[in-house]
Parts: sequence; C-alpha cells; structure tokens
Amino acid sequence: MITEKIKIEPEVLEAVVVRFVGDSGDGMQLTGTQFTDTSAMFGNDVATFPNYPSEIRAPQGSLYGVSGFQVHIGSVEVSTPGDNVDLLVAMNPAGLKANLHALKPKQTIIVDTDAFTSKNLEKAAYATNPLHDGSLDNYKVIEVPMTSLTKEAVKDIPGLDNSAITRSKNMFSLGMIYWMYNRSTEHTIDFINKKFKSKPQLIEANTKVLNAGFYYAETLELIPNSYTISPAKMREGTYRIIMGNTATAWGLLAAAEKAGLELFLGSYPITPATDILHELVKHKHFGVKAFQAEDEIAGITSAIGASFAGDLAVTTTSGPGLALKGEAIGLAVMTELPLVIINVQRGGPSTGLPTKTEQSDLMQAMYGRNGESPAIVLAASTPANCFNYAYEAARLALEHMTPVILLTDGYIANGSAPWKIKSVSEMPEIKNRKITDSTEKNAPFNRDPETLARNWAVPGTPGLEHRIGGLEKDSITGNVSHVPENHQTMTYIRAEKVRRVQENIPELKTEFAQSGDLLVVGWGGTYGSLYSAVKHLNKEGYDGIGLAHFNYINPLPKNTAEIFSKFKTIVVCELNGGQFASILRMNFGQFEYTQFNKIQGLPFANDELTQEFKKLI
Amino acid sequence: METTTPIPAYTFKDFTSDQEVRWCPGCDDYVILRSMQKALPDMGVRKEDVVFISGIGCSSRFPYYMDTYGMHSIHGRAPGIATGVKLANPNLSVWVMTGDGDSMAIGGNHFIHALRRNVDLNIVMFNNEIYGLTKGQFSPTSLLGQKTKSSPYGNTQPPFSPGELALGANARFFARIAGNNPKVISQILIEAHQFKGTSLIEVLQNCVIFNDGCFDSVTNKDVKEDKQIFLEHGKPMLFGKDKEKGIVLKGLKLEVVTIGENGVTLADILVHDAKEKDPTLHQMLVRLEHPMVTGVIRSYEDFTLEEREDALTAEVKARSPFTKTDDLFFSGETYQVK
Ligand SMILES: Cc1ncc(C[n+]2csc(CCOP(=O)(O)OP(=O)(O)O)c2C)c(N)n1
Ligand code: SF4
Repeated sequence: MITEKIKIEPEVLEAVVVRFVGDSGDGMQLTGTQFTDTSAMFGNDVATFPNYPSEIRAPQGSLYGVSGFQVHIGSVEVSTPGDNVDLLVAMNPAGLKANLHALKPKQTIIVDTDAFTSKNLEKAAYATNPLHDGSLDNYKVIEVPMTSLTKEAVKDIPGLDNSAITRSKNMFSLGMIYWMYNRSTEHTIDFINKKFKSKPQLIEANTKVLNAGFYYAETLELIPNSYTISPAKMREGTYRIIMGNTATAWGLLAAAEKAGLELFLGSYPITPATDILHELVKHKHFGVKAFQAEDEIAGITSAIGASFAGDLAVTTTSGPGLALKGEAIGLAVMTELPLVIINVQRGGPSTGLPTKTEQSDLMQAMYGRNGESPAIVLAASTPANCFNYAYEAARLALEHMTPVILLTDGYIANGSAPWKIKSVSEMPEIKNRKITDSTEKNAPFNRDPETLARNWAVPGTPGLEHRIGGLEKDSITGNVSHVPENHQTMTYIRAEKVRRVQENIPELKTEFAQSGDLLVVGWGGTYGSLYSAVKHLNKEGYDGIGLAHFNYINPLPKNTAEIFSKFKTIVVCELNGGQFASILRMNFGQFEYTQFNKIQGLPFANDELTQEFKKLI
Repeated sequence: METTTPIPAYTFKDFTSDQEVRWCPGCDDYVILRSMQKALPDMGVRKEDVVFISGIGCSSRFPYYMDTYGMHSIHGRAPGIATGVKLANPNLSVWVMTGDGDSMAIGGNHFIHALRRNVDLNIVMFNNEIYGLTKGQFSPTSLLGQKTKSSPYGNTQPPFSPGELALGANARFFARIAGNNPKVISQILIEAHQFKGTSLIEVLQNCVIFNDGCFDSVTNKDVKEDKQIFLEHGKPMLFGKDKEKGIVLKGLKLEVVTIGENGVTLADILVHDAKEKDPTLHQMLVRLEHPMVTGVIRSYEDFTLEEREDALTAEVKARSPFTKTDDLFFSGETYQVK
C-alpha cells in the first residue's frame, strides 16, 4: 500500500465527479472502472456512466471516436453519475474538445501533452493548441507528458512491445488520480496480477506505470493538494458494483431458482440490450438455456414455446426489436402464457440513437399490438434495482399467467452502482400455477377467481392434453369461438386480469414532502436525476416538493389518485414527448398535469430540473 | 419424463380430438390428418409427450384436430415456437405443421434456420403451391405463369423447390410424398419420428378449391408408376410398372434408362444412399423432374442442437464452482459495509 506515504492532510470533499476521456483504445473504461471499484471498497457511494462511440473502430484521435467514463463518488448518497465534472482526464485533444463543456469553471484538467501533436490537433479540429492559446485559462490545467513518462517507467523491462507500453499509459493517469483522492493502489494491483496472470512482464509494466503515476503526482508541484471523500453512510451488508444489464440478468436467475423453474432466454443482439444475453449465456452451470435466435421474432417465439413447455421464459431487446415482437406478444396475451419481455430503451424512432437513452417506448409497450392486448408493464429505475424489477417481472408473469414487459433504458442498463447483494432466500416467494391433476374438466382454462389467471398445464403432463392458439377462445372450454358476446367477455377478462395485478403490487410511496406545492412525477430510469433535484431543492429550503416515482405502469398503483390529490401542482418529467403524462390524463383526468420533457438522448441534468421546479412553485 | 410403465396400446381414436374438422371436402389435408392419427400409435410415444405446433394457413389448423398438446400460433413462426418447446423439454415429440406459404414466404427465415440447427423436430410441409386460407394467391412454390387471384396475368416470380431450399440449408432429413397415399405418409411420418434431428416431410397436397389437380401429372393413379420414383435406402432406384426403368449417373447428370436397352443391366442402376453425408446426389434427386423423386431422399444422422447444448452444459457444470445463484452473487469483487 502506497497511501501511507502521504503526508499532506487531505482536504475532505463531499462528492466529486471525474470523467476519463480518450481514444477508444486508450482504456478509459478500465481506468474508470478501477477508480470506481477502489472508491466503492473504500466505502463511498458511486454511480457511473460509460459513454462510448457507436462506431466500433473509429479512426484514432477523431472526435467521434472519443470514449468516456464518468464516475460520481460521494461520502453522501449519489444517485446519478453527475452532470458537471470536477476533474477531466483527457488523453488526447479530441477527448478534451468533446468533453470540455461538461467541466465546471475553475476545475481541473489533466492532459497527456504527448498526445497534443499537430496531427491530433488537426483531427480534433483545433486551429491552435488549446494548451497554449489561452482558451483554458478558466481551468486548472495539469500538463503531463504521460506517454513519455510511461515509456521511461518501463524501459528496463525486457521484451515489451510498443503497443503494450502505450496501452499501459492509462495506468499512469489512474496512479495520479489515486494520489489526488487519497486512494490505495492495492485493489488495482490485485486486479493487474489477476488479469495478466500468465504474462509477468505485463504485470510488472502496469504496476510500475501505476506507481509512477502515483509518485509523479505526489512530487508534482502542480497538484497542490490531495482530496479525500469519506465513506458514505450506507446500509450494512455485502455489496458489489453492478451494471444495470447484469442486474437484470441476475434478477432473472434468482427468479428462476426461487420459482423452481429452468430459465430460457430467446434473444437477438441489439444495443443496448445485448449485455443481458452476454451475461445469461455464461450461466450454463445453472442450466440456463440462452438461445441466440435468427431474429427478434424467433427470439420471442422460442421463448413462447419454452413457456408453453414449462420454463421461465424471457426475451430481451431494444425498441426496434420490440416492434418486431409485437405480433408474438399478442399471441402470449391470447394464449395466457407467462413471458418476460425486456426492452432496454434507446432513442427512436427507427434505428434512432442506438447508444443514447430515451423513454420513448412507453406507448409501444402499452399499446404496440393489434387488438385490445393488455400486458403488465413495469419499469426499473436504477442500475441496482434492475435486479428487483426483473425478478418482479418474472413473479408477476408466473403468478398471473400473462406477458410482462419490463422497461429499462440505456442509461441505467450501462450505468453501474453499488448493489447490496440479495440472497435468493431474502426474495419474495414466487408461486407458479403449474398443475398436474387431470381430474378437473377444462383444467387448463380454469381461472383463479381472484386473479383470473388460468392454470399452466405443460406438455408431458398426462391427461391435460389441450390446444391453445391465437384465435379467440370460448371463455370456459378454451375451444376456438367466434361468438360475438364471447369475444367481448374475453376482452374484458384479459383487461381485468391485468387490472387485478394491482392487488399484488405495492402502493406508490412519495418521497420528501407528503403534500404541498409541487409533486414531481417520473417513471423508470429518471429516478436518480429527479431524486437528486428534489433533494437539492429541499436542502435549499423548498420543503413543499414531493417526488412520486413509478415502477408499476400497467396497472398503476391503487393509491395513485390519492397521492396526486395532496399536491397543488403535478409535473410529469420524462425523456420523451409526454407519454406517461398522457397515460395519467387517461386514467386520472381529474388532475392537471404540467409536463417537463427532454428528448436529446441524454438524461436530465440537475440544473434544468431545479430551475423548472422553481418556476412551478 | 423417464418412466418405466408401458406405453398404452393406442388406436387412432386416442389421437382424435372432439373438434369438428373444417377443411373443404376432398382436401388432402384430411388424408394427412388421418395418416398422422394412424401413425402415432406405432411410434411408441406417449400421448402427453406429443406436441403439434403450427403457424397460420389451412394446414395450420391441424393441432386442433389432434388430442395431444398443441399450439396454433402466428403466421410463419411455428419453427421458433417448436424450437423453444424442444429446448425446454427434449423428451417431447415435437411436430411443426405448416404450409408452403407459411414456411417459405413469411417464415422462410425460421424455416432455414431450424434446418441448419438440427433440433430434433419433425416439420410436415403441406405443399399445395397456393395460399389456401387467404383464398388463392400465388405462393413461393407456385409455377411461373400460374394465374392466381394475385397474379391474374400469370405469376412472374420463379418458384422455390422446397427440397432444394432445405438441402441448401443443410437439412439432415428430407422426404417427399404424394398427398393421396395415406399408407406411405404414415410410414414416412414414423421414419421422421425415429430420426434424431430436424426432419422435413414435403407432402404434395392437393387444394381442391384453389389449385385443384396441381400434382395430377405425377400423383394420379394411372400415371404415378411412370411419373414417380419411390426411393428406399439401400435399394436400386427403379420405377415403372414392372420396375423396368431406373436412374443412372452420367457425368454430372442423372439419366433415366431402361433395363435391357442399350446393354443396361440392374448393376448399372444407382443404389439409394439416404445416409450419405454429402448432399450432392440428394440435391440432384430433389431437382429431377421426370420422374419426380419421392420417399426419404436424405436421412443423414448428425448431432442435434439439444445434444450439443446438453454436452456443453454438462461440461460447464462439471467445471463450475457455482451450484446456486447465491454462489455467483457473492463471488468475485464484493465488499463489506459495516
Ligand atoms: C402476419 C400475417 N400476415 C398474413 C396473414 C394472412 N395469411 C394467413 S394464411 C396465409 C397463407 C397461407 O398459405 P399456406 O401457408 O400455403 O397454407 P394453406 O392455407 O395453403 O394451407 C396468409 C397470407 C396472417 N395470418 N398473418
Ligand atoms: S382451401 Fe384448399 S387447402 Fe384449404 S381446406 Fe380448402 S382445399 Fe384444403
């Protein structure tokens, strides 16, 4: 541990936002992740957001090839990756140019001066070198010849090729940051040892460069101080840093185990949902059947087949893929089979903004099917609670024999945060409706009188042979029926079945003010932004502002109207043109709704929210 | 479900559901239905382990008429559903009942990929070279120039040959049969059932309403001896009333010869090897127009997808320290907050 050598008393900060930027090949994601994990283990609360180009191998040094990783670290709760940056680490001119706007005035930039060559400046469309032309006078710029210092640090290690040397320079910047924020290098050294287990030179090189960065910062007069962020007050327990998509995959694993079923995933790759497939294919040891299909339609239909045959069946996708699955979701509604459909939303319409976040698939999830075709719709709101809502989606699908659409989005799916690990034993029961008793007539079509869910008779069960399908069926026998009155009855049954899920979900809870001037309403992945904005205003003394955030969209929680009635103004904040606001108007037309919408492929920023809310009080 | 109790002695009635069959009188679909109901008792499979999955079309109503498990799904997508059923429970006998439009137009993608993967499914394609249910539009197998509701001046889209398409997609089992031959249909359904892997059976099915007589020139009683050749594995490729004609390979072409003419003897006639891995000759047989080749043309045993998956799962399980999800959750980089 090198930390012991620090002599200066560090300045204590409450929270800090650091952004690492560079070329796609500069290892910024790894640097960011290491800083995040080290800080989390130190006891900080953390929230991260990676931001990489949609081009796979953008030309080096180009503006659109910039890869970034932002992390927010706090001794207090941090609920978003932060809007404005306190420290920008820029490995090249393009990174600087594309990210400078996010840096707070007077804050610090660390640059690798070796990368500011005329060629790179030209690629980043700089007419003059920003390090010399005075354009950065408003910031504290720390110029470090990182590439040459890295080369110097490893010059005695035999057999290292040039690319290995340049690739380790991210460790130099990481070492500097560890010194600045009074962090131990121990965790990263462990990581290096594991990662390069069979390549001792790389272990030596990366460790040397990391330490070199650390010592350089220590002796450098340009960094006058070091900072620390004390541990946050977090609930006791075992934690890990988890990404939203991983949490979603793990929630499904937990649900399958709890329900005593095998997990089947039918999926087709699409950004930003693919990581759920990547995660689940790893878990063959749990018997997970992850099937990469030829397209989205085969993804969902294979899942429907697996559901018919008795597995916990899931399909994962993003907006364009959900569009393709529409007809099959209708089949699952009609056949009343349990099915979890996960849509990691991105900017639309069409291919839209594949790597950017948006909440604009809500109406698609609610209504994107032919006929009256109600499905349960849920939305996760943080990277960590993707676990809970994936689990909840499975629970509701199995208990109510119906498809459940879970909406997450690129922002929470790729973001990561501490997750207090949940053991499967702590998770709620899941009762599935499988039957084996063949004595009852029409057993597969008998409904639970309370939930209206039908029974689940799976192939292989003697005596319960039956046929299901997409044609309308008689409400009692399940035989195909075109009787007009029967269709109306069945339409009501399907709608009522989803409505009654209200009895099986928690009531809506308001945070901060329980009544007063302004109720901030949101759903899904905007939770962190809305929460920190409302918290901010409360700190400033605005105490009549409450936050009501929805995870259950169809059906809506029972007490929704009651909560709305306690506030003078209701503002519905969404990353779309007002889809949830429309749903609320349709359901609770007695209230007036103000809308705040952002449709830029970006999350809400704290400033824009607080300014808006102040106008409304 | 592994079980030791003997399989009941079923009759076709055990597989007949209480639903009224609603196809046009005279439709070959009835023949296929009855052939299936008669074949099932001889397959050695429990009723509850049989699943019929269909898409949409006249043929796709099939599952309703079987007293087994079944799903009438959406147009073209039955192979996807069936794949899910089979992967979820490999003990089931899973059948896809489909039409030429259902499987090769809207479902073309799923169809070829099912064949490529070799899941142990049995696909029965009712080929009537027309769309029946939507009342008579041309299908991907309709002939060039054929006049239909959607091609009043003649079809301009050249057709697929289902067998050629299937072999191109690496089908391991392909059979073609006439729709008016219930005994043969039953026999081949049983063979398909016994085959491990995806089996495709193309039935030349007459649609009396929209494409009546489309296969008459090869399936009619009075011409079929001369116009059809029925292949059997290990037997010479002979046809004709007295089995006097046969098929030989000349260069890169198949040729019809008559035994006794031009010095041709039985020894010159090709012997059918359905189990050959190389599909070249099977492709040539599928393409042959005179006579039309029927019977099991290809039956090459290969690993099924579920076998490959099972083996991999067992291997990963044996290597992995994880037995329950908690093991995963608490593994790797975790930390304590006190
Ligand atoms: C998505 C969709 N598109 C179109 C249809 C209409 N449709 C139903 S069956 C069919 C064609 C069926 O032809 P084929 O598969 O040859 O079966 P057949 O009726 O001849 O047995 C069509 C176009 C549909 N049901 N669903
Ligand atoms: S339309 Fe043709 S295929 Fe359909 S039931 Fe009638 S005869 Fe059979």
